[in-house]
Amino acid sequence: MKKNLRVLAVLAAIAAVQSAHAQDAAAEGIAKYREMLQDGNPAELFEMKGEELWKQKRGPKNVSLEKCDLGKGPGVVKGAFVELPRFFADTGRVQDLESRLMTCMETLQGIDVKKEVNTRNFGKGETANIVALSTWIGAQSMGMRFNLSQSHQAERDMYEVGKRLFFMRGGPHDFACATCHGEDGKRIRLQDLPNLTKNPGDGVGFAAWPAYRVSNGQMWSMQHRLNDCYRQQRFPEPKFASDVTIALGVYMGVNAKGAESIVPSIKR
Amino acid sequence: MADPMRIRAAEAGGVTTVRVLMSHPMESGLRKDAAGNTIPAQYITDVVATHNGKPVLQATWSGAVSQNPFLSFKFKGAAKGDKVVVKWTDNKGESRTDEAAVS
Repeated sequence: MKKNLRVLAVLAAIAAVQSAHAQDAAAEGIAKYREMLQDGNPAELFEMKGEELWKQKRGPKNVSLEKCDLGKGPGVVKGAFVELPRFFADTGRVQDLESRLMTCMETLQGIDVKKEVNTRNFGKGETANIVALSTWIGAQSMGMRFNLSQSHQAERDMYEVGKRLFFMRGGPHDFACATCHGEDGKRIRLQDLPNLTKNPGDGVGFAAWPAYRVSNGQMWSMQHRLNDCYRQQRFPEPKFASDVTIALGVYMGVNAKGAESIVPSIKR
Repeated sequence: MADPMRIRAAEAGGVTTVRVLMSHPMESGLRKDAAGNTIPAQYITDVVATHNGKPVLQATWSGAVSQNPFLSFKFKGAAKGDKVVVKWTDNKGESRTDEAAVS
């Protein structure tokens, strides 16, 4: 009897090691696939478009975006991405990249962003332009480490708001962001889920969007990613660049302090 | 003119590796939109790459190739600074030509 138990235990141990090995092999395979896709990342096409849009005179005022202040001074793009979201004195609020681009397009170029940029228009018109601009601006900070400011009270408040929202359960499934992203080592089907309550590491989570999604051939900015998260939770849809999305950006961005940005990245 | 291609050509040990990223919807003509209408086919049918005027690659594609195609190929006989020109033509007759210098 004891001998059988011991044999069973040994067999079980071997089986466990083999399945763990198989899991690692799967993760390794996915990593290799991602590396192969990195060469010729279609995100570069959006980068090129974004650079063009930054320099082109557009809108009723026929002005380019080259004087847009992304937080490091008018026209300073390098390093701006890894410091957003942050507080802006001219608008009196904490803004992320997309909402700041909307501010610049409205004030500098006279474009009616309230009408043109919304969640119905992902991939079209001015919303697509914002994604292209975000991709290019993100690329100018590739390899730099996230360093969001918490020196202004509004920034600290937004962090706390973001934290509350992250753990707030709701919707018909009673999900919160934390339901999927609140623990280490979790996975949905074959998709690894980063733990966003702390620094998830270089090039992961907040440090990976905007990204090009190969499966549907779309370039997704952080706004698009958050919108889809809420769709998956069956929550009401957030407005494009709403304070909710900005607060979550502050929470994740501050948590990711020191993580290396790989934007624009490529996703399955 | 359609959106620009991103072409990179690097020469090493006599072999030049050219990597081209093309911007194109590559609609196969088999997809249907939300209303049930077939989305018309629009895909690249021919690709020609030339070096100093001589063709080094000629490809015939179909709707089976994905959106924003990435093409990578090697050829011999180029020197640094030479021009590589890539031209694609699609089934609607649109085309795009871009060039890059071999580095």
